[in-house]
Parts: sequence; C-alpha cells; structure tokens
Amino acid sequence: MTLNQVAFIILAVIALLGGIGVVFLKSPVRSALALVINFITLGMVYFMLGHQMLGISQIVVYAGAIMVLFLFVIMILRSQHPEEDTSLWKDRRFAFGLLGGALTVALIYNFVIQPTQSTYGATFDRDYGTPQAIGKVFFTQYVYPFEIISVLLLLGVVGSIMLAKRKF
Amino acid sequence: MFNILHQIPIAAVHDEIPLAAFLGLSLAMFALGSLGVLIRKNPVVVFMCIELMLNAVNLSFLSFAAYPSAAVAARDPFASAMAGQSMVICVMAIAAAEVAVGLGIIMAIFRYRNQVDVDDMNTMRG
Repeated sequence: MTLNQVAFIILAVIALLGGIGVVFLKSPVRSALALVINFITLGMVYFMLGHQMLGISQIVVYAGAIMVLFLFVIMILRSQHPEEDTSLWKDRRFAFGLLGGALTVALIYNFVIQPTQSTYGATFDRDYGTPQAIGKVFFTQYVYPFEIISVLLLLGVVGSIMLAKRKF
Repeated sequence: MFNILHQIPIAAVHDEIPLAAFLGLSLAMFALGSLGVLIRKNPVVVFMCIELMLNAVNLSFLSFAAYPSAAVAARDPFASAMAGQSMVICVMAIAAAEVAVGLGIIMAIFRYRNQVDVDDMNTMRG
C-alpha cells in the first residue's frame, strides 16, 4: 500500500466519521463541529486530486464562513430554547430514513460507480487546479455564470437583510 | 509562486487510487446527508445535512474533473477539468446564498413562534 493510498484512507475515514457525527450527535453545536472536521478533510481530498484553488476555498468558504453563520444561529436559538432532540431512535422515521439512505446508495452505485469502473482513469498532468487557470477561465469562457453568481449573492444579501428586519 | 504546489505528484495519485474510491466517499457522504435530512428534527441540523450532500456532489464533480474518461482525454481534458471546477464554484456560491437566506428564515420562524421543530411547522399543510 503506497503513501497516497494510506493518506486517502485516513482522510476518507475522518471525513466519514465527521459525517456520521453530523447526523447522529444530539447537540447541534457538536454536529456543526463534526461538519467542520468533514469540510477540512474534504479540502485535503481536493488538494490530493490536484484542485489547489478549490481546496483553499473549501476551507475558507465552507469551514470558515458558512460554519460561523451556522454556529451563530445555533447559539442564538439555544440560548432561549435549550431542550434537545431526544426521541431520535424511538420512532418510525429512523427506519424510513435508513430505507431512503439505502435506496440512494443503491441508485448511485448502480448508475454512477458501476459504469465508471472501466472507462475512466486516463491521466493528464497539467496545471488545471491553480488560481491562474481558474481566474482565466472565469473571465473568458465562463464570464456569464460568473456575473450570474454575483447577482445571486446580491439577492442573498438583500433577502437575508429583509428577513432580519421584517416585523411579524 | 506556485512551485511548491506543482510538486504534488498528481500522476501518482491517478495511478494509485481508482476513481471509484473518490466516488464511493462521495456516495457515503450523500447517503449520510439524506439520512440526516430524513431523521433529524432541528432545522439547523437539517441544513447542515443539506450542506453535507452539496459537498458530496462537489467531491464527485471534482473527481470526474481530475479523472477524465478516455473520450474526453482524447479531445481536451483541460477544458473538462475547468468545467468541473467552475461548476463547483457555482455550487459554493449557491450554498452560501442558500445558507444566508435559509438561516434568516429559521430566525424569522423562531421569532414568530418561539420554537423551531420541523414536526410542528405544519401551517402550510394542504
């Protein structure tokens, strides 16, 4: 087993433990911290795939900005509403959840992973993950999606301010 | 400036780890996220599980970008890799906007009803 494989297995195990923590830990703050662990190890996996720019922005945007927003809202809600999820295992919904998860696994395995076993895997080593490459492609080929993203973010800002200021 | 990053042995990663390993990690994360959306009651945790599913999709986009198929590699693997990364950047921006608006909605519901439990939010039931 080579060093790359060992590194991938360690990262995958940590990421999956983080995901399991998000779903099964009872306290929302612990779920959020498990999600941070998952995001950071996923950034490492992106580095391993050669996507340097996206590994950096995964850590900055997801593990930094989005999770701070989550923790902020959790702490505002918890300060006035302390009781927690207690009846997670007792009701029927857990069985249906397992059923839905198993169905998703079966569908994706059947239609995505099984057909890719043999046809994919051609190698090429070019600088596809650098910030230079991404910047060049976003200001030439994908300039319209870039502008649409900026309008979408503006809408997000306006919408969240409107939701925060409205009196119910 | 990026000389250090160029020394990451990408070709070795391609030779040693199959694409199915990355896709399997993505699949497991997506299944965990969907399970969490189905079984959790706290809407903030439901949002976190949606983020988990979005990240699983991002991982599969990026692994397909780094492992082009034989047909794509014959044409232009660089353009294919850039298309995958551009899609992931779009997903990140949409996730950021979605979290801002969604958490704003959760806060508004909390101020209106003084509780947040997805089982009790049934006023829009048909």
